[in-house]
Amino acid sequence: MIRVVLPAHLRTLARAGGEVELEVDGLATQRSVLDALEARYPMLRGTIRDHVTQQRRPFVRFFGCGEDLSHESPDAPLPEAVASGAEPFLLVGAIAGG
Amino acid sequence: MSGVRVLVGTRKGAFILTSDGKREHWDIAGPYFGGWEMYHLKGSPADPNRLYASQSTGWFGQMIQLSNDGGRTWEPVGNKFVYDGVAGTHQWYDGTPHPWEFKRVWHLEPSLTDPDTVYAGVEDAGLFRSTDGGQTWRELPGLRGHGTGPRWQPGAGGMCLHTIILDPSDRQRIFIAISAAGAFRTDDGGETWLPINRGLRSEFLPDPVAEVGHCVHHVAMHQSRPGVLFMQKHWDVMRSDDAGDSWREVSGNLPTDFGFALDVHAHEPDTIYVVPIKSDSEHYPPEGKLRVYRSRTGGDEWEPLTRGLPQSDCYVNVLRDAMAVDSLDSCGVYFGTTGGQVYASSDAGDHWAPIVRDLPAVLSVEVQTLA
Repeated sequence: MIRVVLPAHLRTLARAGGEVELEVDGLATQRSVLDALEARYPMLRGTIRDHVTQQRRPFVRFFGCGEDLSHESPDAPLPEAVASGAEPFLLVGAIAGG
Repeated sequence: MSGVRVLVGTRKGAFILTSDGKREHWDIAGPYFGGWEMYHLKGSPADPNRLYASQSTGWFGQMIQLSNDGGRTWEPVGNKFVYDGVAGTHQWYDGTPHPWEFKRVWHLEPSLTDPDTVYAGVEDAGLFRSTDGGQTWRELPGLRGHGTGPRWQPGAGGMCLHTIILDPSDRQRIFIAISAAGAFRTDDGGETWLPINRGLRSEFLPDPVAEVGHCVHHVAMHQSRPGVLFMQKHWDVMRSDDAGDSWREVSGNLPTDFGFALDVHAHEPDTIYVVPIKSDSEHYPPEGKLRVYRSRTGGDEWEPLTRGLPQSDCYVNVLRDAMAVDSLDSCGVYFGTTGGQVYASSDAGDHWAPIVRDLPAVLSVEVQTLA
């Protein structure tokens, strides 16, 4: 079980609570977690990563275990503590704009 | 009992203002989608309770929202806007080729007859259509593909397709406008397109009368007279009497011919409204006086409408999609400002009063006249 924390706007959009719990088949990676998240909440497609290129949107960051994982490969294993559910996988909207 | 519903898109959410036919007392609902940029909301002429809304932010991209109860509740629908085939390039600000990139939906235009069919004008400029209530979107690629696309360039606000007009007398005919490419028309339901910019003159272009490249800000039409179009260009208010085949300037005695918003009286096809704005970079009303100008002669001769509008120290702008009219017997006229005011007149512009004063910057105003 993976725990995912969404930024406030995406929680509202998905009508999800503060933390989303996902079952991910196979290796827990950014891609597999986001695939599972979008399968549960189809309205989030295109809001975290581009519909076509599947690249992370520039003002969205991925944090876990106190580390910025945004620039890791989408197919790299997530930290064990995230994969086990001990620590959440954080989707964060950058502090920017007005 | 008749009434009106005013759909207001702002930089930080949407608001819905409702009143009865007297238009004296207003209920204000919202913000909906607080914190998101709401470029446009519009109701289906075929089903007034069916509303579409464009919701976006720089963080999370584009959403389309749909309501089936007049805006009380909303559900997200499809947000996948992918250009057809190879997207190609247009001109960048420095004149170099730049790849077409989807950024946002500027304008949603529901079909006149089918609540599930809706058009979306997007940045970078393209026209999309959904026939399933916004669930899926397909580009009408003939517009970008007709040949002049590589010469289009963005205006200061981006290369946006901001105006979509469906001809009520000919379902195959659609007019659109792009900043800064110009106006275009299809006569075959969107398969093929013609630039309709003859008569426009833009001194910022190497060839001021070029086929494309004109910074058209807005175009409006009266439903009873679809061959007559009015245009607010970057500079110049223009008129066409032949469905865009040719244009002539009707700026007349306006204090400045620059502006964004323009609309046509609901019952008088030759009565039109603009809000003159000081150019080129100030983008606020001349002399700090917020004045709507009305022509009852289809242009050329204009009168300022000032009663109830601030006539000193006013430095707001009125954006291109931020003016609309209702179709009650005494035509109502509405506009929103970048200062967050929404002004209304229930007597065709003679008198004005703010419905609200302190919204976020207003991006768009649409009005539904309810039976």
